[in-house]
Amino acid sequence: MKQDIVKQIISNPKYQELVSKRSKFAWTLSIVILVVYYAFVLVIAFDPALLGAKIGAGVISVGIPVGMGIIVLSFLLTGVYVRRANSEFEALTQDIKNSLK
Amino acid sequence: MKKILFLFLALSLAVFGAEALTGEVQKQPLNISAIIMFLVFVAGTLGITYWAAKRTKTAKDFYTAGGGITGFQNGLAIAGDYMSAASFLGISALVYGAGFDGLIYSIGFLVGWPLILFLVSERLRNLGKYTFADVVAYRLQQIPIRTLAAAGSITTVIIYLIAQMVGAGKLIQLLFGLPYSWAVIIVGTLMVLYVTFGGMLATTWVQIIKAVLLLCGASFIALAVLMQFNFSFESLFASAVSVHPKHDAIMSPGGLVPDAFSAVSLGLGLMLGTAGLPHILMRFFTVADAKEARKSVFVATGFIGYFYILTFIIGFGAIVMVLNNPQYLDVAKQAVEGGAPILGGDNMAAIHLSHAVGGNFFLGFISAVAFATILAVVSGLTLAGASAISHDLYANVFMRGKIDEANEMKISKIATIALGIIAIFLGIVFEKQNIAFMVGLAFAIAASANFPVLFLAMFWKKLTTRGAVIGGALGLITAIVLVVLSPIVWVDVFKNAEAIFPSKYPALISVTVAFVAIWFFSITDKSETAAKEIEAFDAQDIRSQTGIGAEGASSH
Repeated sequence: MKQDIVKQIISNPKYQELVSKRSKFAWTLSIVILVVYYAFVLVIAFDPALLGAKIGAGVISVGIPVGMGIIVLSFLLTGVYVRRANSEFEALTQDIKNSLK
Repeated sequence: MKKILFLFLALSLAVFGAEALTGEVQKQPLNISAIIMFLVFVAGTLGITYWAAKRTKTAKDFYTAGGGITGFQNGLAIAGDYMSAASFLGISALVYGAGFDGLIYSIGFLVGWPLILFLVSERLRNLGKYTFADVVAYRLQQIPIRTLAAAGSITTVIIYLIAQMVGAGKLIQLLFGLPYSWAVIIVGTLMVLYVTFGGMLATTWVQIIKAVLLLCGASFIALAVLMQFNFSFESLFASAVSVHPKHDAIMSPGGLVPDAFSAVSLGLGLMLGTAGLPHILMRFFTVADAKEARKSVFVATGFIGYFYILTFIIGFGAIVMVLNNPQYLDVAKQAVEGGAPILGGDNMAAIHLSHAVGGNFFLGFISAVAFATILAVVSGLTLAGASAISHDLYANVFMRGKIDEANEMKISKIATIALGIIAIFLGIVFEKQNIAFMVGLAFAIAASANFPVLFLAMFWKKLTTRGAVIGGALGLITAIVLVVLSPIVWVDVFKNAEAIFPSKYPALISVTVAFVAIWFFSITDKSETAAKEIEAFDAQDIRSQTGIGAEGASSH
C-alpha cells in the first residue's frame, strides 16, 4: 500500500468512525465476557457454596442456571457482534473502499 | 484425595481435544457393527477426498480450500475441531464423576470464542494468507519471525499429534477390539491420504461430516435421557443425586479448581491457547472475507455451546442409567478397589450410555463416530504442521520466497507424509508412557508462544522483530520449563516426591513473561529496521481493519 493512500484512508472520517466504533464495541463486549467469566471462576475458587445453594425446594443449585447462562450469553454476544459488524461496519468499510476508486 | 487426583487426571486427559486415555486398557472383543459403520465412514470420506483432489490444483486450494468455504460450513468445521473425542468422552466422564465440575470445564472452553470473534478473527482473515505466521510476518522481518512461528506451530502440532495418536490407539483398542499398533497405523495412514490428496477441502469436509454425526448422536442420547424423565430436569437431577456416591455434592463446585492461582491460570490458558492453536487459526483463511469469518465464529460458538449442554445432560444421564447398572460394572476391578467402577473407566460413561439407550446398533454408531472424530482432528493438525513446514520454513525461510507454487505444494505433501510417519512412530514409542501432560503442554505453548506474538502484531504499533522473537521464545521456554517442573511431569513422570512448580497451570506466568519480554525488547529496540517496522504499522492496520488488499477467494 502506497504511503499517500495510507494517509488518505487514515484521514477519511468514515475510516476514523469505523475504527473508533468497532474498537469501542469489541472491547466493551470483551470486557463483559471477561468480567462474567472471571467472576464465575473466582466464586468457584473462594466461595463455592454460593453456587451450590439450592433454588427453591428441589435439588437444582444456583450454579446450574448460572453455568448454562454463561454458555447462552457467549452465544448471544457473538450474535450481537456479528449482526452489527456484518451490517453497519461492513457498510462503512464499503464506503471507504468506494472512496478509493 | 484420590478422587481429587482422579479429577485432575481426568481434566488433563480431557483437555483440549486429546483423547489421552492413559493407563492400562483392556482389549475388548471385536465390535463388528462399529467396525462396519466406521468402514462406511472411511469409504465416504475417501470418496470426498477423491472429489476434493480434483479440485485441489493450486497452493491456495491446498492450504485454504481456495478460500471458498462458507461461514456456516467453516463454523461447523471449527466446532468439529473442538468437539473432539476428548470433549465428548472426557467432559461427560467429568460430569459423570463429579457433576457440576464438568460444566466449569466446558465454560472455560467456550468463553474463548467470543473473544476470538471480537478481537482476532476478522483481522486474521484480512491479514493472513495460509498460516498465522503470514500475519505476524506482515511488517516484521520474514526469516526470524517465520522461523519462530513455525517452531511454535510445529512443536504444538507434534506434541498434540502424539497425544492424539496414543489416545486414539487406546480408545480404538477399547471400542473396536483392534490391536493398539493397528489403530495407530490406520489413523496415521488415513490422515496422510486425506491431507496429501484432498488438502484443506477434504480436511474441512471430513470435519464437517463428523461434526454433524457427533451432534446427531449426542442429541439422540440426550433426548433419550430426557424422555425417561418426561423432560423434567428436576427429576433427572434428583435421581442422579440419590444414586451418586457423592450425593448432593454433584450439584456444586468440587475439587476441580484448587486455588485462585490455578483457577485464573487455567482460565487464561484455555482462552488464549485456543487463539494460538495453528490448526484452528488456519480455518479463518478458508473463508472468502471478514464477513464470513465472523459468521463462522457465531455458528461455531452456537454448536459448541449446544454440544456442551448435551454432554452435561449425557453425564447426568450416565449417573442414573450406567452407574449401578450391573451390565456395565467392572467386576474384576470392583473386587480389588471396591465402589462401582465401570468397564473401561469413567471415560466410557457416554459409550455405555449409548448402549443403554440405543442398544448394540447405536453403540456401534457412537464408537464409529468417536473414531471418525480422532481422524478428523489429526488431519487438521497434520495440515497445519505441513503448512508451517512448506509455506513458512521451506518457501519463505529456506528459499527466501523464491519458489514456485508447484514446488511449494510438492514440499507440503512430502511434509505431510513425513509428519504421518513421525506421528505413527511416536504413537507406538509412547504407547506405555504417561502422555497426559502433553495436551496441557501443547496448549501452554500455544497460549504463551503463539498467541502473544500474534496478538501484539495486530494490535501494537511498537512491536519490533527483536521484541517478537525474544518474547515469543521466552514464552515458549517458560511454558515448557514450568510444565516439566509441575506435578504432572516432575512427580508423575519423573517420580520425584514434590513438584518444584506447584501448579499444573503455567499459563498465567508464561503468558505474562511473553508479553513483558515482547514489550521490553520492542521499546528498547532503536535500530533502523525497528523504525521501519513501526512505520509500516499504519498500512497494516488499514488492511486489518478494512480488508483492503486482503487475499480473496480464488476465482474457480
